[in-house]
Amino acid sequence: MEFLQPTTWEEAVETKAAHPDAVPIAGGTDVMVAVNFGRLRPARLLDLTRVPDLQQWDTEDGVVRLGAGVPYARVIGELGDRLPGLAMAARTIGSPQIRNRGTVGGNLATASPAGDAHPALLAADAEVEVASVRGTRRIPVADFYTGVKRSALADDELVAAVRITPPSGPQQYSKIGTRNAMVIAVAAFGLALHPDRRAVGTGIGSAAPTPRRAPAAEEFLAGELDGLWDSRAELPPATAARFGELVAGAAAPIDDVRGTARYRVHALSVMARRTLTWAWAEYRKGETRCA
Amino acid sequence: MRLTCTVNGTEQLVDDVWEGESLLYVLRERMGLPGSKNACEQGECGSCTVYLDGLPVCACLVAAGQAEGREVGTVEGLAAGGELHPVQQAFLDAGAVQCGFCTPGLLVATDDLVGRALAEGRRPADAEIREALAGNLCRCTGYEKVLDAVRLAADRMAEEAR
Repeated sequence: MEFLQPTTWEEAVETKAAHPDAVPIAGGTDVMVAVNFGRLRPARLLDLTRVPDLQQWDTEDGVVRLGAGVPYARVIGELGDRLPGLAMAARTIGSPQIRNRGTVGGNLATASPAGDAHPALLAADAEVEVASVRGTRRIPVADFYTGVKRSALADDELVAAVRITPPSGPQQYSKIGTRNAMVIAVAAFGLALHPDRRAVGTGIGSAAPTPRRAPAAEEFLAGELDGLWDSRAELPPATAARFGELVAGAAAPIDDVRGTARYRVHALSVMARRTLTWAWAEYRKGETRCA
Repeated sequence: MRLTCTVNGTEQLVDDVWEGESLLYVLRERMGLPGSKNACEQGECGSCTVYLDGLPVCACLVAAGQAEGREVGTVEGLAAGGELHPVQQAFLDAGAVQCGFCTPGLLVATDDLVGRALAEGRRPADAEIREALAGNLCRCTGYEKVLDAVRLAADRMAEEAR
């Protein structure tokens, strides 16, 4: 096995082009588990922890560009105010030790349907910035996931960053597992209210072959909220319940060791209803979230 | 491959490291530092918790080469000059050590928590202690004595710092 350690982004991208079979490793929270258990024996590991560009985030034209190698602990500590939905998702991940190492870029590259960041990224309409020697492209996160642990990333590409617009309204995140720490989601749900464009964002985790949105639920709720954004009136319970049903209807879960498909569908309807109730209560208080 | 890093303040150099090896394996099998324990090898149990450039991490999930040139701190580095570290003494005094397998990881995680809290001029709250130790599994104690030990360590270290 070769251990490749580029120290610049340019070198990292060139190395990936020269060795498309090289397995990128950042926090190691997915890759090292597979190596330790003998499930992964790549010819080359491509260590990205020495590439300074990946460890940074900044704001460009109001959009947060989060380097792929920024660990979850820093997302929580440094971006909790600007990216509340992603920070909430990050708080549910693993343990302090895991959050000190695991990265959003790694979550994307692994593209597990159970990845905790995905529902928050979907709800926030994030874009994934990927790069190769051929150039850089931006992929809407909903188009990034192509199958179970499969993504739109080409063999010679690396995840450079994720771009997220700080929200104009409340965001929420909910995850079900057997305990609070160290769990893979049985089901997860991310919600973003976008009062600036009178839209709603959703993200479903662990309940379909890929993370996915719930378009019918988004459309329904945006229609219902059309008359409520300005008045900030109470949300009828029936609306929240219907929203939950539509979110559950967008899922396509399976029975597995963590839970049954039936449980996941039910859990999603409850999480969607609850997160909407919390988010709308926050919106009614007139709290604005901004960068 | 060759690996050079600083462990508990001492420069270490080891050869013939396999590229897929974890930092935990290097510490235990090549550097003679078996304090960090090997249990789950998937970041679940926290018994291999070490400092990497000052942050607690699971050594089993750090590829050896990722530690090149970095500062590693293990449980062996806590006690200075033959005296137990206040966190270690508190674990003993509170009865927080039973079989002892999870203890090294809990000690490092506790040292990190108490150190951070005291640096901010406060003692860790109970909820904070539970959160900080959520990645360290113990099958013996039921955690109550562990929580007592953390509180005791924080009290003593705060007293010492006065």
